[in-house]
Amino acid sequence: MELDEIKDLISFLKDTDVTELNIEREGFKIRIKRGYIYGPIEISRKVTTYEEAPVPQQIKEITKEEEEVLHTVTSPLVGTFYRSASPDSPPFVEVGARVEKGQVLCIIEAMKIMNEIESDVSGVVKKILVENGQPVEYGEPLFLIEVA
Amino acid sequence: MDLFRKILIANRGEIAVRIIRACKELGIKTVAVYSEADKDALHVKLADESICIGPPNPAQSYLNITAILSAADITDAEAIHPGYGFLSENAQFAEACINSGITFIGPTPEAIRIGGDKAKARQILKRKGIPVVPGSDGPVTSEDACMKIIKKIGLPVIFKASAGGGGRGMRIVKEESEIEQAFFMAQREALAAFGNGELYIEKYFPKVRHIEIQILADRQGNIVHLGERDCTIQRRHQKLVEEAPSPVLSEKLRKRIGEYAVKAAKAIKYRNAGTFEFIVDDELNPYFIEINTRVQVEHPVTEEITDVDIIKEQIKIAKGYSISFKQSQVKFKGHAIECRINAEDPEKFTPSPGIVEFIHFPGGPGIRVDSFLYEGCKVSPYYDSLVAKIIAKGSNRQEAIVRMRRALEEMSIKGIKTNIPFFLKVLDHPDFQKGKFFTDFVQTMNNNEKD
Repeated sequence: MELDEIKDLISFLKDTDVTELNIEREGFKIRIKRGYIYGPIEISRKVTTYEEAPVPQQIKEITKEEEEVLHTVTSPLVGTFYRSASPDSPPFVEVGARVEKGQVLCIIEAMKIMNEIESDVSGVVKKILVENGQPVEYGEPLFLIEVA
Repeated sequence: MDLFRKILIANRGEIAVRIIRACKELGIKTVAVYSEADKDALHVKLADESICIGPPNPAQSYLNITAILSAADITDAEAIHPGYGFLSENAQFAEACINSGITFIGPTPEAIRIGGDKAKARQILKRKGIPVVPGSDGPVTSEDACMKIIKKIGLPVIFKASAGGGGRGMRIVKEESEIEQAFFMAQREALAAFGNGELYIEKYFPKVRHIEIQILADRQGNIVHLGERDCTIQRRHQKLVEEAPSPVLSEKLRKRIGEYAVKAAKAIKYRNAGTFEFIVDDELNPYFIEINTRVQVEHPVTEEITDVDIIKEQIKIAKGYSISFKQSQVKFKGHAIECRINAEDPEKFTPSPGIVEFIHFPGGPGIRVDSFLYEGCKVSPYYDSLVAKIIAKGSNRQEAIVRMRRALEEMSIKGIKTNIPFFLKVLDHPDFQKGKFFTDFVQTMNNNEKD
């Protein structure tokens, strides 16, 4: 989408009662909000190229309201969070990936024991809340999954 | 002094707060662990870091060895203080700490095991010449063996579980006809409560006082005792009022029991803080009953009259320092009394959890408060009902009693019920004031009230 197109979109909205508009396409997202005084315009653009590894959390912003309806996978134990089976292997899941109930999402290391954490629902991973190698406590949210 | 950089406290409530306070004064960083029910608890707020280790059920949180060691691991804690209760007398936990390269602030796993095996502890100390309550030499496995011992020591007797504690798994036998049933019932009870049906027998004394000796032992082999605490005011084997010194112990008897405790500690190669419990009969004969291999709830009364900070000593000893004073330097000054304020109905003794809507703690000269309460905090139904310890110190027993009385009247708490009214009755009782009471005091007082 070009700048002109966005401008057109905004002027189009002026004549309507619509206060917020979200458009989402492959690797692209636009959100237009209209307020009384200089309503905020948020544009985020992400194009996946071969050179650039995906930074999953940033593909699209999830609003608080959206988060509330998503399923949260929490840590069942205290330990260190790992996204892959070993430093060299690929992550178990990425944002946008479809997971089935019982599928391994991550590893939590506690006292040198690697505990595989499985998804308790089937759906699409919307957000990964913890960085690789970060310590987690019991009950700490790890993943947001859209149940489907 | 080079101490630990960071200590994890594997406990909650007032004792976790007490340990954090000691650490702060020693310049040591603290890690609190907590269950989901305690996320707003005072120990979590006071600690430098905090880690949620599990759901409210203690078995999955405060008793969860893996979760606690993981918490120590991810926070780089060098040592763990277990407090009292929970994992404090769990030899397996102490061992797991050592194996993970973390210092366990307490005795060795071997000493914890001896303390937990009451029949064995009796046996060891008896052989060292320390008087134990007349009874079986080690565990009793059959009804026949049981009869033989009873013939020797006479009725009444008490059956106790080797693995028991906190007043559970005990049965008093007064008549010969009760022996058989009592033996099997006690065995079954012990098995159900502690997973171990082993029993031992002791002569039952109806009129006794509960006297315990606080000791400190370092790795260098120095052992000192800090005198006694009189914990005779109990209800169903739960201590309610503790004081130091005991109103009945002479200087000579204090020295004698103190020396027994030191000798006992030496016999089992004890290290760190510990308590040797005795009963003293109405003719003032002391008998050893059991060892508590942890810091105790009532440790403040000893601290108040000796000026020794037991928690700080525990930490220093665990780091390898030797005790900084000698037995001859231990001086007792004044008199201290502690009342255990429980969140419970003062008449029915039933738990009273809830939200603390208002709290005012007493203050002024000679009053110390160890508590985790604050306005708006939650007293959760999952854990022990102890919410505060009020400690009153006076230049003598009389002053300590008067001071405790006015402190309890000053204290105001809304939202939960407490046993404060019960303590006021105890303090006003002529037998308490005279110091003439035995472990049946509370029961007798309650019975007399009903009449």
